[in-house]
Amino acid sequence: MTHTVTVDKPLASAAAGAGGLSPMRTEQRKKKVSWRERLEVIGFTVPALVVYVAFVFVPIGYALIMSLFDGSPVAPFQNFVGVDNFTRIFNPTQMLGQPFFWDAVRNNLLIAVMSLLLQGPLALGVALLLSRKIKFRQVFRLLIFVPYVLSEVITGVIFAQILNPTGALNALITDITGADAAVRTAWLGYQGGVGSPSFWILMGVLTWKYIGLAIILFLAGLSGIPEELTEAAMVDGASWWQIQRKITIPLLSPTIRMWAFLSLIGSFQLFDMVWILFGPTQLSRQGLHTMATYMVSQGMNANRVGYGSAVAVVLFVMTLIVALLYQKFILHRDIGKDA
Amino acid sequence: MSSMTVAPEFDRVPQTLNHKAPMHWSQPIVYLVAVIAAAVSIIPVSFVVLGGFRTNIQLLESPAGFPNPWIFSNYAQILVGRNASVFWGSVAASVFVALMTVLLVVVLGTSVAYAIARMNLRGAGALFAVFAAGLMFPATIAILPTWVILREIGLLGNHMGVVIPQVAFALPTTVVILTPFLKAIPKEMEEAAYLDGCTRTGFFFRILLPLSKPGMVTVGVLAFVGSWNAYMLPLFVLQVGGANVQIAGLDLSRTLPLGVQQFQSQWSTNVTLVMAFTSLAVIPALVFFLTMEKHIVNGLAGAVKG
Repeated sequence: MTHTVTVDKPLASAAAGAGGLSPMRTEQRKKKVSWRERLEVIGFTVPALVVYVAFVFVPIGYALIMSLFDGSPVAPFQNFVGVDNFTRIFNPTQMLGQPFFWDAVRNNLLIAVMSLLLQGPLALGVALLLSRKIKFRQVFRLLIFVPYVLSEVITGVIFAQILNPTGALNALITDITGADAAVRTAWLGYQGGVGSPSFWILMGVLTWKYIGLAIILFLAGLSGIPEELTEAAMVDGASWWQIQRKITIPLLSPTIRMWAFLSLIGSFQLFDMVWILFGPTQLSRQGLHTMATYMVSQGMNANRVGYGSAVAVVLFVMTLIVALLYQKFILHRDIGKDA
Repeated sequence: MSSMTVAPEFDRVPQTLNHKAPMHWSQPIVYLVAVIAAAVSIIPVSFVVLGGFRTNIQLLESPAGFPNPWIFSNYAQILVGRNASVFWGSVAASVFVALMTVLLVVVLGTSVAYAIARMNLRGAGALFAVFAAGLMFPATIAILPTWVILREIGLLGNHMGVVIPQVAFALPTTVVILTPFLKAIPKEMEEAAYLDGCTRTGFFFRILLPLSKPGMVTVGVLAFVGSWNAYMLPLFVLQVGGANVQIAGLDLSRTLPLGVQQFQSQWSTNVTLVMAFTSLAVIPALVFFLTMEKHIVNGLAGAVKG
C-alpha cells in the first residue's frame, strides 16, 4: 500500500528514486491507479454523452423509424407503411392538392443561392470600406451588427408590422404620394411562389437580417491581415483597388468560404422568419414553404408525423450531401492548413 | 553603420504617407457608405421603437419622424400595467431557460472536452469525432421526434424540455471549440501541478478552469444567444405542449420570442402597443449582444475552423 501512496505523488518517488528505478515505478503507477482514472474518465465523459446521445442520436433514430409509419404526433408508431412516405415525397402526383415538397426544395435552393449572391458582394464592399481607419468606426460596426443580434421572431414581427396592409410602408406611401384613399397593399400576400414580389421581399428581409454577420466576419478576417503587406504594396505604387484585389481579398478568402458555408447551411434550416412572416396557411397557399416549414406544417399541423419525419430524413440527407461536398471541394484547403 | 541603414527608412515614412494621400478623395464616399449601411440597419428597429411612443392614429397619420406628442401609455401598460405579467413573465422564462442551458452546456462541455484533450484516453479521437459529428445534425430535423420523446417522458410544457435538447445540440460546438483550447494549455503546467500533489480532478478545477475562462465565455455566450433567440423548440415544447406556468403573478408559460408572437396576434388591432412590446423585448438582447460582440464573432469563427 505504501507503494501506491508514494507513486501517487510523483514528487515523492522522484525524490526517493534512483534514476534506474523510475521507469518501473511509472508503469506501476499506471496500473495501480487505473480504476481511479477510469472513474475520473467516466465522471467527466458520461453525463455529457448521455444527454448528447439521448437528445441528438435517439431523436434521429426515432425520425428514421417514424418515417416508416403513417402515425400522428401522439401515436407515431401506428400503421406501418414501409417506404410509402418516401415514395410520396419523390412522386408528388400521389399528393394531389397538397403543397409539394419539391417546391420547398426549389425555394430553399433559390434562397441559399440568392443569399450568397446578394449578401456576399455587398458585405465584402462594406467591410472593405469599413476596415479603413475612419472616425466612429466602432459605432458604425455596432449599428451594422444590430439586425444580426435580433432574434428571427423579433425581425419577423417588426417587418410584419411594416409590411402589413395597414402597416407603416403603406402609410408612408399614402403620405408621400398624397393618394386620396389609403394604400392597402398586402406586401406579404402575393401568390405565385418564387416569382412573386413576396418572395423577393422575403429575400430582402433575409439580407437585412444576415448581412451583418457577413460584414462582421469579414471585418474580423480583415483585421487579421498584416498591415505590412498592404503598406509594402502601397510603397510599390499599387493602387487601392489593386491592393484589395491582389492582396486583401485572396487573404480573406478562407473567411469568405467559411461564411458561405454558414450561410448555406443556415438557408437549408430556415424556419423561424418564414413561419412568422407568412404563417403556415399562407405559406401553403402562396407556395413559399421552405423544407423546414413544410416539414412542420405536415408533421405537426396536419398531424402526419410519419410523412413529416420522412421529409426530415430527406432534408437531413440533402444538408449532409451539401455540407460534405462543400467541405471536400471548398473548405478542405482551410482545414488542412489549420491541422 | 547602423544609423546609416536606419536613416533612409525614416526618410521613407513621409513617402508612405504621401502614398496614402491620393486616397483621401474617397473618404467622403466611405462615410456615405457607412452612414447608409448603419441607417438601413437601424431604421426598421427605430421605427418600431418610436412607434411604441405613438397612438395608433398618430401612426396612421404620420408614420415617419418623431412622435408628436410622445405617448408613454403603451410602454407603461406593458412594464407596469395590465400586460406586465406576460412581459416580465416571458423575460423570466427566457432568462431561466437561457441560464440553465448555459450552465449545463459549460459544465458538461468543459468536462468532456477536458477528458478528450488531456486524459490520454485511447478513444479520445473517436469521442471527439462522435461530438464533432453532431455538427452535421441540425436541431431542425430532430424537432418532430424530440416532441414525441419529450411527450413520452413528460417534459412537454416544461421549461426543462426546452433546456435539455438545447444543451444536447449545443454540445458539439462546445466540444469542438473547447478541446483545442484545453489542449493548448502547456503540459509543463500540468506536470508542475502533479508534482505539487494535485490530482487530475484537482488540476481540472484549480488550474484548467480558471485558465480556460475565455473559451468558456465564448461557448457560454453562444449557448445563451442560441437559447435566447430560439423559437422552434419553445414553440413545440411550450406552446404546442400547452405550458401554463404562473409564479408570483407572472405568466412564465412562454419565452420572449413566443411571447412577442403571441402578443402580436392577440393585440393585432393595437399596432403601437405591439410595437412597444416588441421594442422592450429587443432591449435586453441588444445590450447583451453588443457587449458580447467579440465573443460571438470568435465563437462563430471558431466553430467552423475547429
